[in-house]
This record gives sequence, C-alpha cells and structure tokens, in this order.
Amino acid sequence: MGSVRFDPGLPYRCSPQVALRPEAFGALAYHFGTRRLSFLKSPLLADVVRDLDQHESVHAALDGRGVPEAERAAHVAALAQLADAGTIEPR
Amino acid sequence: MKLVDHFQHGLDAPICLTWELTYACNLACVHCLSSSGRRDPRELDTDECKAVIDELRRMQVFYVNIGGGEPTVRPDFWELVDYATAHRVGVKFSTNGVRITPERARGLAASDYVDVQISLDGATAEVNDAVRGAGSYDTAIAAMRHLSEAGFRGFKLSVVMTRQNIGQLDEFAGLADRYGAQLRITRLRPAGRGADVWQDLHPTAEQQRQLYDWLVAHGEQVLTGDSFFHLNAFGSTPLPGLNLCGAGRVVCLIDPVGDVYACPFAIHDEFLAGNVREPGGFAAVWRSSPLFARLRAPQTGGGCTSCSAFDTCRGGCMAAKFFTGLPLDGPDPECVRGHGEPALAAVAAGAAPRPSGDHSHRGERRSRGPVPVRIGRGRPEPAPADRPCDAGPLAGFRPGRAEHG
Ligand code: SF4
Ligand code: SF4
Repeated sequence: MGSVRFDPGLPYRCSPQVALRPEAFGALAYHFGTRRLSFLKSPLLADVVRDLDQHESVHAALDGRGVPEAERAAHVAALAQLADAGTIEPR
Repeated sequence: MKLVDHFQHGLDAPICLTWELTYACNLACVHCLSSSGRRDPRELDTDECKAVIDELRRMQVFYVNIGGGEPTVRPDFWELVDYATAHRVGVKFSTNGVRITPERARGLAASDYVDVQISLDGATAEVNDAVRGAGSYDTAIAAMRHLSEAGFRGFKLSVVMTRQNIGQLDEFAGLADRYGAQLRITRLRPAGRGADVWQDLHPTAEQQRQLYDWLVAHGEQVLTGDSFFHLNAFGSTPLPGLNLCGAGRVVCLIDPVGDVYACPFAIHDEFLAGNVREPGGFAAVWRSSPLFARLRAPQTGGGCTSCSAFDTCRGGCMAAKFFTGLPLDGPDPECVRGHGEPALAAVAAGAAPRPSGDHSHRGERRSRGPVPVRIGRGRPEPAPADRPCDAGPLAGFRPGRAEHG
C-alpha cells in the first residue's frame, strides 16, 4: 500500500477487502485488512470509486461520472489519498 | 455541511457498536462498567444472536466490538464469531484472556476479520490485581504471550486509566511493544460498578495534565477510542479524533438481553432506546428511536457555552456527567478548567442516578476491592458494566484515516 505512486492514467479498483457504505455525505469505507475507516466526502467521489474497475484509467472513471473540470484536481488528490490508505489499488 | 456535522446528526448505521454478549464473568473488577458477574437468564440465545448479526450485515455495520461480561465464557462464543466473520461483519472482542489458549491464539491470528483486545489495568500485578482481582494480571500476560507466539500482530492491550496506573504509561507502552500489541488507553467513566469507585480511582487534576502531555507526545502510537476529548481544553492542538460525544449518533450498545443503549457507559433507563427483539429489530431502534433523535438534535452548551475550549471539549462525556449527578449541558466532572469540582460539590448526597441493573456476583460486590464505601456517595448498589468500549465515535480519526476502535 502506498508503495507505488498513484497514477491516474492507470487502471485502479476498490480493494476487495474494502466495504463501502453509502451515507448522506458520500460514503464510509472500511478496510478489513488494515482495520481503517476512511471517508469519501462526496457522493460523486463514492460513485467514482465504485466504478473504477470498469474503466481503463482513473481519468476515464472521472469522465464517466462527468466530474467537472474545476473539481478534477480535488478528486484526483482525494483518490491519491485513498490509494495511499489501500482503499483503492492498481489492477 | 462539514463532515463533523454529519456525525453530529447521526449516520445510517453506527460506526462504534458495542455488543455485550453476556453479563457472566469469571472476574469481578471493581470498576466494571456493566456490573457484570452473573449470567442473565433472558440473554439472547444463539439464534437470536445470529439474527442480530444478519441485521448488522444488512445495515453494513463493518465491525462490532464484542464485550461483556467475559464474552468468551459463552459456550457459543466462537460459533458466533465465526458466523459474524463469515458474513463479513468484523469482530473485535474484549477479553480478560481466560480462554486465549495457544491453540485458540493460532486460530485468531489466521483471521483478517477478528481483532482481540486484552484488558489490563496495571502494568504490574500489584496495581492490576487490586482492581481486576488476584491472578488476573498473569492471565492477561499469558494471553498476550499466546497471541504473540501465534504471530498475531497488532492486537490491542487495553487499559482504563486510573489514579493508580497513570504513572505507568511508559511501562504499558513497553508491554505492548514486547508482545507486538498496540496500546489502547481509555477513560474511566463512573458507569456500572465504576460509579461506586470513581471518586477513588479517577485521575487527579495533575494526572490529567500528565496524561494529556503524554498523549501529545505519543498520540501517533496509541489508540484512545477518542475518549479523552475533554482534555483538549489543556492545549491548542486538539487530540486526534472527532471530539464530540458519539452516543446515539455513531456509538451505541446492545446489551446481553438485547436492550439498546446510547452508549456502553450509559446503562440507565434514561438512555435505553429499545430492544432488538422488538419488531423492526436493531435497525428500527437505530433509525427511529425518539431517544436517538433527541441525542442527534443540536445540543446547547449550557454552562460551557462561554468557555473558550468548547469547540474541542464540548463539555465532555455525557455519561460521566449523568452518573455523577451533573447537568448534561454543563461541564464534565473532570473539566480541566476546574469547573467540575464545584459542580460536584453542589450535588446533594445520593442524588446521582444509579446505573440500572446489576449482575455482580452475589455477596462479592461489597466484600472485595480496595475501595472503601464513601460517605455521601450513596449506597454502592448494583449497576451494570465494565469494559472500556470504544465509546469514541471515531477513535483516532484523522482526515482520511480513522482507527478501528
Ligand atoms: S463515553 Fe461519554 S462521551 Fe463517549 S459516547 Fe459515551 S457518553 Fe458520549
Ligand atoms: S467548561 Fe465545559 S467546555 Fe470548558 S473545559 Fe470545562 S467541560 Fe470543557
């Protein structure tokens, strides 16, 4: 986890050890291996995370959900954090 | 809305759910938060427990903190743990170590879904056994050795901080290191039998300062179940965590007979939200109990509103106030700005509410324990509970990172 740099040009997925629970603010993500809880602070971010495995890259997943250009950098940064925590991983 | 406001208004399912499986216990700790000892004949049976687990899975409760009593003395304990983990409901269970044999430890080490928390309240047998009973230190140490030898890394060594053991913080950290465990320290609340001994066991004002300084220096390595947020008033950098009372918002308790309380430290009719045996089960209680709705509504700070520390201290712990007879919207009995003492002095003798329910071993409650009955504290009658739960909403929450219990 976090050993490889996050590259939004590559394909990722939500870790199979992670459970996502929708909440009004977005979602809670719990990793059974590390026993860590993370917060996905918007419903849009939660959708992107759920979709990751169906896209050829993180960028494509962001496009697929129509993430506005102005919010793109913030989403990429949030996803980098999630990759660091092991919530999402390269595939 | 900020993230913390969402927690304030409650989530779809609890994050920190404690489930006390039984009031039966082989020990009789003087500060037991659930006044445990004897089994309650109305205890949920195996099938009822499995139905609760099914429901937790549907609600996507990620993990449950199992306690008691001593949960491992239930004959179906391991069956229930297996059932939960097979349904992807993680389990962290608290134990005094009595059933953690080398063989059991190997089984536990093999599962990603189980975490173990060994309770120990003194870094030496002398300090521990005075509170938890003769031989309990050795039992806990043996359990830790078995877990460590089985290759279980990162299990929890769980300590309730008292006047007697605050000076041992470094030794506890050393013990945890020696066995490859993670240290977890929590606050002593006047819940259950703890209400009777709180006056004598709770840290002094100077010790609270010492604890705060230690946490600031070691906060990264130690878990606290977010239990010390009232200490935030000491400094400008808040301790990691959500820093609010999670009772009924992200925290709750299911007791051995299925009663649902707002917090493991609040076993009193006042905080009883319902029972899992009612139609709709646990989900209905969590989502629509009037008590929980009230706890999730905006609260006023009362006597604390004008305090400059209110943002991070929030008036402290609801249960601690309740069982010491203080108003819920005023300062914590251990307010570090010194507002607790005068408030406590104004509480009439015997006026503090007694915890509901007592499952203490008969005749044991008064005969043992180093703590004399204090005049003016009311008769030490029954009361429920003994275990440091993670009553903290999001133990160790940092942006993007929150500890599991
Ligand atoms: S222990 Fe106290 S502060 Fe924590 S959730 Fe319970 S009542 Fe609130
Ligand atoms: S007055 Fe209230 S908010 Fe201020 S430090 Fe004391 S308990 Fe905390």
